[in-house]
Amino acid sequence: MIELLKTIEFTPFLLSFKLAAITSLILFIVSLPLAWYLSQTRSKAKPFIEAVTALPIVLPPSVLGFYILVALSHNSPLGAFFDDLFGIKLVFSFPGLVVASALYSFPFMVQPLQSGFESINKNMLEASYISGKSKFTTLFKVALPNIKPSLMTAVIVTFAHTVGEFGVVLMVGGSIPGETKVASVAIYEMVEVMDYSTAHIYSAMMLIISFMVLLGVYIFNHKQHKKIGAFGS
Amino acid sequence: MITIDIDKKLHGVDGEMDLKVGLSINEGDFVALAGQSGSGKTTLLRILAGLEEARGSIVIGNEIWLDGTKAIVPQKRKIGFVFQDYALFANMTLEENLLFVNKDRKLAEHLLDITELGELKKRLPNSLSGGQKQRVSLCRAMMNRPKLLLMDEPLSALDPVMRTKLQNEIHLLHKEFGTTSIMVSHDPSEIYRLASRVIVLDQGKIINDGSPKEVLLKTQGSQKFSFEGELLDVTKVDVIYIAIVSIGQQLVEVVVSQDEAKNLKIGDSVRVSTKAFAPILSHY
Repeated sequence: MIELLKTIEFTPFLLSFKLAAITSLILFIVSLPLAWYLSQTRSKAKPFIEAVTALPIVLPPSVLGFYILVALSHNSPLGAFFDDLFGIKLVFSFPGLVVASALYSFPFMVQPLQSGFESINKNMLEASYISGKSKFTTLFKVALPNIKPSLMTAVIVTFAHTVGEFGVVLMVGGSIPGETKVASVAIYEMVEVMDYSTAHIYSAMMLIISFMVLLGVYIFNHKQHKKIGAFGS
Repeated sequence: MITIDIDKKLHGVDGEMDLKVGLSINEGDFVALAGQSGSGKTTLLRILAGLEEARGSIVIGNEIWLDGTKAIVPQKRKIGFVFQDYALFANMTLEENLLFVNKDRKLAEHLLDITELGELKKRLPNSLSGGQKQRVSLCRAMMNRPKLLLMDEPLSALDPVMRTKLQNEIHLLHKEFGTTSIMVSHDPSEIYRLASRVIVLDQGKIINDGSPKEVLLKTQGSQKFSFEGELLDVTKVDVIYIAIVSIGQQLVEVVVSQDEAKNLKIGDSVRVSTKAFAPILSHY
């Protein structure tokens, strides 16, 4: 068993986690203002924005992957732009995977944040405005600290969802070892070549890690709920 | 002097309603806003706070808060607002709730002392009782040293003993800070105790404006006392009928004639009054 473990290549796992960490970070920064805006706005454009945001949940990964592939390829303006300016090839490369993952996991970050913000007692935010605090201060000092469970859920679920993606990654990234061959793709290939023992180990690791992460989130949320009550008193 | 002349279309439960209020309030006054729910009291308060848009003008001292549709933001109005549901910052301790508004530690200490919350200052709001939360909310509102203190039914969720205690504290703070206070309230004894003026709204219009005595005392002419209540039951006892009426927190029995009993329906709003008779007031 030990011998077997020694022969196992962990690069796909590291790649998966690196991809998930970068994707989660980018999405957090992008989604925070959007989720805050959606939770506070009375604009008629809100349902439209929400529908676009939720698209990656319902679209088959192959459809999403296909469009991303087309959009990022060297023949498209976007792909050409990145190639000419930064020398970055977005297709079958790690940066391309990051772009694809960010699109694919977008709703998993925006939606928990938005529903967290929406569940905050509106009077609490108004009390902050009346106390002379700007929207910015209110967001960081009042809103965010009161939705820690939603923050946690958003970040962890986005991370886990990115680790778990397969279809989009395969289409946009292919399977280049050390560059785009993430754990899920690696498992798929092992099964194809009937290397079941390695596939078992990889799969079991994925299962255990995923479970531990989710368990951690739920324990944290349960404790937070007890501490500050349901989103403000 | 605060002059208010505002107009706003509201979409209430009974369809569209026009909130149209014009009034002026002297500095340092304590005004109670009364009226049935849906009459526009809370909206008026929120317009004064800048939380709701309206058309018209609001001038406080030499500051213009609303001119036409141009309003200055709530952040710049220096008001205190006490919400019915407290709206404390759940992530901060009592002390932090106060210091968030204004870093004046001395003022925070003083307010916590007055309201007897000093020992609880490191606690989070979630661990407090309703009465304690509302006192924190009141203290937080005063941290702004507001020119205008707005309170939206601040005591309606509290039990009678706690109410009386908080009424005293509100009175104390109103006097000490010399603020102009406007409080939405349904409770006549509360209004009588605190307010120097009562404004009654109905369907978005002012229908009554005067001292608490003029507005609230329901006795007329030679009536010596008069209570409004709800008829709970009418029973026949021998040859007479006895009506049971709920007045405030009390149930009283009143003898009625057969003819009167016929006209009464359980659930009716009734008035119990008497004249030509000196009631005896004694301690219990």
